[in-house]
Amino acid sequence: MARYVVDVMPKPEILDPQGKAVLGALPRLGFDDVTEVRQGKRFELELAGEATDEALAEVRKMAETLLSNPVIEDFTVHVEGASQ
Amino acid sequence: MKVGVVTFPGSLDDVDAQRAVRIGGNEAVPLWHGDHDLRGVDAVVLPGGFSYGDYLRAGAISRFAPVMTEVVAAAKGGLPVLGICNGFQVLCESHLLPGALIRNDHRKFVCRDQKLKIENSRTAWTASYQEGQEIVVPLKNQEGFYVADDQTLDRLEGEGRVVARYVDVNPNGSLRDIAGITNERGNVVGLMPHPEHAIEDLCGPGTDGLGFFTSLAAATLSA
Repeated sequence: MARYVVDVMPKPEILDPQGKAVLGALPRLGFDDVTEVRQGKRFELELAGEATDEALAEVRKMAETLLSNPVIEDFTVHVEGASQ
Repeated sequence: MKVGVVTFPGSLDDVDAQRAVRIGGNEAVPLWHGDHDLRGVDAVVLPGGFSYGDYLRAGAISRFAPVMTEVVAAAKGGLPVLGICNGFQVLCESHLLPGALIRNDHRKFVCRDQKLKIENSRTAWTASYQEGQEIVVPLKNQEGFYVADDQTLDRLEGEGRVVARYVDVNPNGSLRDIAGITNERGNVVGLMPHPEHAIEDLCGPGTDGLGFFTSLAAATLSA
C-alpha cells in the first residue's frame, strides 16, 4: 500500500475569499504578524501496491480531471514519505 | 417542445424549473442524474441547488453523473442547454462554458432581487428578449463569483457571448459584472440568477424571467 498526496491551491491571481476570512480572524486572536493566508486542499490517496512512477502519473491524472479545476487551481502530487 | 430538467441529489430548484418550463409553453420532462438517458428531449435545464452537497467544488462531482455524459455529448451536437446557478457551475466544470465560479468576494450568501441587462438575445434561451433589455429576477448564491483569465473575458465580450450582466449592483464580485454567458454556438447558456423564480405575479419580483422559457419556441420559429 502506498500513499500519494495531492495538494491543491487556488492560483495566485485568483481571489481566495476563504483565505481572506482566515487572515481577518488571526489578528483578532493576537496573531498580528500574518500578512497573507491562502487556503487550499490536501488529498491523501492510498493505492494498492508499491509506489511507482506509473501510479504517480495516474494520481496526477486524477488531480487534473477531478481533484482540481485547472481554471482556478494549481496542484502538486507526491508520494507520502518520499523525499520531494 | 420537450424540455428535460435534471434532478441531482441536492438539487433544489428542479420543480420550480419544471413549472417554469410548463408556464413557458413547453412540456417538462424530469431527468434523473443516475440515468444514461435524455428521454428524447429537445432541450435540457440544469437547475439550481447544491448538487452532491457542493462537495469538492460546486458542480465538480455532478459533472461526472451518468446523465451528464449524455448532456455534454448532446450539447456539443447543438442541443439547447440552460444551466441556472448550480447548473451554471456544472456547465463550467464540464468545460461546456469557459471560466469558473468561486465563492462570493464578500464571503456571504446573497439573496436579492437583481437587475440584469440582457446583452445577447440570439441564444436559444434569450430570443424572447430585446438586446439591452433590463429585467429583474431573484439571485441567491454562495459561489457566484464568475472568474476567467483576461484573454477569455476579452474573447467572451468580443464575440458577444456575455448573455447577461449585473446592473447597479455587482452582488458577488463577478469579473466585468458577468451574470451569464454562452458558448460559441449559442445553444449552451449559463446564468447565475434565477429566472425560474420570476414567472408569475403571485410570488417573486414579477414575470421578467419567463422569457428564458418562452425563447425556445421563438428561436425555433425564427430558425
